Amino acid sequence: MTSSASGSEIIVAMPGTRLRQNQKLASQVFRSCAGLCGCSIIVVMAAILFELLLNSSQAMATLGWRFLVTAQWDPVAGKFGALSSIYGTAVSTLIALVIAVPTSLVIALFLVELCPKGLSGFFRTAIELLAAIPSIIYGMWGLFVLAPFMARYVQPVMGKYLGFTPLFQGPPMGIGMLTAGVILALMILPFVSSVMRDVLEMIPPVLKESAYGLGATTWEVTKDVSLKYGRAGMVGAIFLGLGRAIGETMAVTFVIGNDHSLSVSLFASGNTIASTLANEFTEASEPLYLSALVELGLVLFLMASAFQLIAQLWLRAAAVRMGTQ
Amino acid sequence: MKKRSIVLRKIVNGVVTGVAGAAAVAGIGMLLWILGVVVQRGITAIDWEFFTRLPAPPGELGGGVSNAIAGTFIITLVATLMGVPIGILAGTYVAEFGRETRLATAIRFCANTLMGAPSIVIGVFVYTLIVIPMGRFSGLAGSVALATIMLPIVARTTEDMLRLVPNSLRESALALGAPEHNMIVQVVFRAARSGMLTGIILAVARVSGETAPLLFTTLNSPYWSLALDKPMANLTVTIFNYAMSPYADWQAKAWGASLLITAAVLIMNLAARALARERRLTS
Amino acid sequence: MTEGLVQRPKISVRHLNFYYGSQQALKDNNLDIAEKAVTAIIGPSGCGKSTHIRCYNRIYEMYKGQTATGEILLDGKNILDPSVDLIQLRMRVGMIFQRPTPFPMSIFDNVAYGLRLKAKLSRSELEARVEKALRDAALWDEVADKLYEPGTHLSGGQQQRLCIARAIAVEPEVILMDEPASAIDPVGTAKIEDLIFALKSDYTIVIVTHNMQQAARVSDYTAFFYNGEVVEFGRTTDIFTRPQKKQTEDYITGRFG
Repeated sequence: MTSSASGSEIIVAMPGTRLRQNQKLASQVFRSCAGLCGCSIIVVMAAILFELLLNSSQAMATLGWRFLVTAQWDPVAGKFGALSSIYGTAVSTLIALVIAVPTSLVIALFLVELCPKGLSGFFRTAIELLAAIPSIIYGMWGLFVLAPFMARYVQPVMGKYLGFTPLFQGPPMGIGMLTAGVILALMILPFVSSVMRDVLEMIPPVLKESAYGLGATTWEVTKDVSLKYGRAGMVGAIFLGLGRAIGETMAVTFVIGNDHSLSVSLFASGNTIASTLANEFTEASEPLYLSALVELGLVLFLMASAFQLIAQLWLRAAAVRMGTQ
Repeated sequence: MKKRSIVLRKIVNGVVTGVAGAAAVAGIGMLLWILGVVVQRGITAIDWEFFTRLPAPPGELGGGVSNAIAGTFIITLVATLMGVPIGILAGTYVAEFGRETRLATAIRFCANTLMGAPSIVIGVFVYTLIVIPMGRFSGLAGSVALATIMLPIVARTTEDMLRLVPNSLRESALALGAPEHNMIVQVVFRAARSGMLTGIILAVARVSGETAPLLFTTLNSPYWSLALDKPMANLTVTIFNYAMSPYADWQAKAWGASLLITAAVLIMNLAARALARERRLTS
Repeated sequence: MTEGLVQRPKISVRHLNFYYGSQQALKDNNLDIAEKAVTAIIGPSGCGKSTHIRCYNRIYEMYKGQTATGEILLDGKNILDPSVDLIQLRMRVGMIFQRPTPFPMSIFDNVAYGLRLKAKLSRSELEARVEKALRDAALWDEVADKLYEPGTHLSGGQQQRLCIARAIAVEPEVILMDEPASAIDPVGTAKIEDLIFALKSDYTIVIVTHNMQQAARVSDYTAFFYNGEVVEFGRTTDIFTRPQKKQTEDYITGRFG
């Protein structure tokens, strides 16, 4: 074929061919490096799954499904049941969501729709900074400030008026499931509200304008337009918050009491998967003990990944719906 | 049809605005409360010795956390050196080469999942990957854990920032006969520079305050040691250990360390925002 | 229809088809581009003008799913052949885009960008070449005292001339211009038209424009595109005074498009 021959002729005819060849090689090297680094993310993900599975295989083989459904945790006797950790994780996360979701929603609404223009920048910055504070600081504050505060002011009042339910019985010690839930709520609140804010900001202005054009008040536009259109995104934001809350370690470890017994009262000490790992991992000398802890880690990883996945799907659905993607 | 009172509607609107405003103010209030406590209790613990001395033995007064300050700095630095270049290149691959291919979608998916992975799980992973084979805790293991946390964050922000660069800039560079790598490094990276830098600073800020992934990778140490293959003192685990101890002096030191780490993280965040604002103004 | 009009064409397009995925955007384009002259490509928006010239430097290959078939002969060699080195091709065929695209670097570095790619030059050589390019682009007098300021600080018209300087610094043989004045004010546009006129003694220029007056002012030859096809091609004076095709006449008299 003549044309391919003519193509290579151009190359020979041009000066500085050596330089060109080097550049071509450099481009190829760059592309390969980038590709390798990109794949490294997949490798890390696979390696985490592999390592967790491999190192928990002994616990899985020995304990089987009982691991997930029994509550007895006695390392000395070689008995490991994850139920109290899973229960504690679920309950503390639930408390956090009950507090954080409505609060985040109104904060997001305030930032996007209701706040006077001049102030919104200040509020945004402050709330995003709240999200940046390391979790161990929340833990310190929770242990030394919030827990005594809860014990002295909040829990006695709750016990007095809500004590007829088993949820709010027992001595007000400050430390326990309820305080852990409150700290978690505080931690995920700035994060969830900024995701919700992003969702609200994706709503096409023309939709809101047309509602305003009909004489609706700000709240009516928010309720009838913004929230309706942002619904999928809101669900996504909640699941993102959920994923954060279940894996949060330090803030919870400080205030939850770290007790493997199951109790109904939210005033009682408890534990979560993350706090158990934080407290016991370095002490685990027996292979089965370590293996059981790694299995706890695996359970936590799978739960967090599942919530993350659900959140992504909802947020994508929201973006598609609002025509930004 | 029943006509709704305009006055009523306005009242509802006002009430909702008030409640939402109160929630936002309460949010700010919490921030100020937490910061106030950290500053108030931390500042009394910080003196010259705090920065220059090694920890005192349990129960004794005095001493400092100089080893932990140095350790946190080194662990974070090494993590940054590992996580940032790989993260940038990974993000570059997805944004510039992979785009919508299956591989790029898989990378994006894994990065999102990793960003949602609890940091303590990353600690468990690095423990099984590095600490068990090495037979001991080490600063390096902590750095690897932090780098693993940074990697997906840096990759995703890089991708987002590169996507903001208009294709016309890429076309112009290629139309001049620029090889692909030159176009990306000289033109696209430069155009996305401040955004990428903002993302990197935020990622560093995020990991420098992490505790959970260090608990059983780096552990902690009461001694002065900068060797990456040995347990290394660091601020966050020191806070954890000291706060849980029965000694008032150690608890005070924990507040001092809390103030230090909070100040560092907030300063990094404010710097990143200033940089982002500058970008908006110049472009 | 176009055979024989251009004596020794710099570029000959033969049976060029172009596809965005499965959608055909160009249908059997045939066109001769005269050397050291200005050829204007006109037509309503979406008719394939830009797509057509984006084949001359194969810039479309950046995007997945965009394919061209047929032949584009540059000095008799088919540049659509896969073995052609894209880097070299693009050094020979420069391009100016619709919106100015100064790189995020200084004015000097913008112009030096392509030069540095092409060869290792000493600092003094580099400075001399940058100055020459800026002079040729009629921008030197305006930027001589601020060469190290960011290119993005210039006005729109200046930015576009900076991009022209950047393109001619590497001494291409052909310059493609994709509606170079559409995003620029009238004064800037006039300067760019003067510049095109001055450049054609050294370069083969192909300019895409939706502005018929502009085509009439700057070009020697004009091709009228409609629906991805070359409807009519000829000397600019002929096209604008006695078009052969009804569609061409309708377009230039403003009856559609």
